[in-house]
Amino acid sequence: MSIAFVIVSHSAKLAEGVVELAKQMAQDVEFRAAGGSDAGGIGTSFDLILTAVEELTGAGHQVALLTDLGSADMTVEAVLEVVDPDQVRFCPGPLVEGAVSAGVTAQIGGDLDAVETAARARELFTD
Amino acid sequence: MTNLDVEWAKDWMRRASAILTEHRMELIDLDRAIGDGDHGENMSRGFAVVVTRLDEAPPEDVAGVFKVVAQTLMAKVGGASGPLYGTAFMRAAKSAEGELDSAWVVTLCEAALDGIVTRGKATTGEKTMVDAWTPAIEAARAAAEAGKSPAETLRAAADAAADGAEKTVPMKATKGRASYLGERSIGHKDPGSTSTSYLLATAADAAEAAA
Repeated sequence: MSIAFVIVSHSAKLAEGVVELAKQMAQDVEFRAAGGSDAGGIGTSFDLILTAVEELTGAGHQVALLTDLGSADMTVEAVLEVVDPDQVRFCPGPLVEGAVSAGVTAQIGGDLDAVETAARARELFTD
Repeated sequence: MTNLDVEWAKDWMRRASAILTEHRMELIDLDRAIGDGDHGENMSRGFAVVVTRLDEAPPEDVAGVFKVVAQTLMAKVGGASGPLYGTAFMRAAKSAEGELDSAWVVTLCEAALDGIVTRGKATTGEKTMVDAWTPAIEAARAAAEAGKSPAETLRAAADAAADGAEKTVPMKATKGRASYLGERSIGHKDPGSTSTSYLLATAADAAEAAA
């Protein structure tokens, strides 16, 4: 089963930009941007995220959710309460580095555990 | 003693919407000082939608009212207050069964705090809404055990929450956006604990009006 991503950011532009960047190294991986509030402003939207997740699980993907700031984490965790936890996972980490690292991992066939580890992008933050 | 009912819950939400609109600028200013400045706008907009939805399709019980509040805040409030208050009201909805008496007011506050802690993972002393809900529970419990009415129990909770919000002023934020400011968060009142005190005050107002 292939892994797809939902990129959650407070900014719609930032989410779209992260998708653009990550896709460059993971051409065959599905990404959805779920940025901004449902009113189009800065914020995160439960409905926007849930819709993106359900589209991807409906197409047979397992879904990894990546976020930018604290309240995006909270909205994602609220979404996780209403979806299948075996198919959808929150992968915390630095958004840009994590999306690229996790995207590449999915591109080369990594499973959800490998993608979650890659999303932390730990190798970039060691002294 | 008058138990709480669906009319109280609907009246509470109307009053909450009014007070959050009235204090919109104050909450915006508090949040601008130590956060991203969206709290006043998000709360007033979110509760305005709550009132519209309750008018369009009035729920039959308190749990039904709280579910509408939870779903609306979760969907319509983009900042942290959406998932935090949304989960609080979702847990509150689950707590609303049987006699909605003074003891239930304690259960209601405990359920709300449980939702907030589940989502935000904060504890007391971190300059968050937990610092308003925690003393509110203690005050409500003392009032309920002393045989006070639901309205009096809610008032005790609201007063303790307002006091708790004031006590966030000297705290250093260690959770949420304000924590990025570190020491500079000291000297400002936490917007989330402030909105909590308004919510509980209007719960008490609605109960007093019905009693």
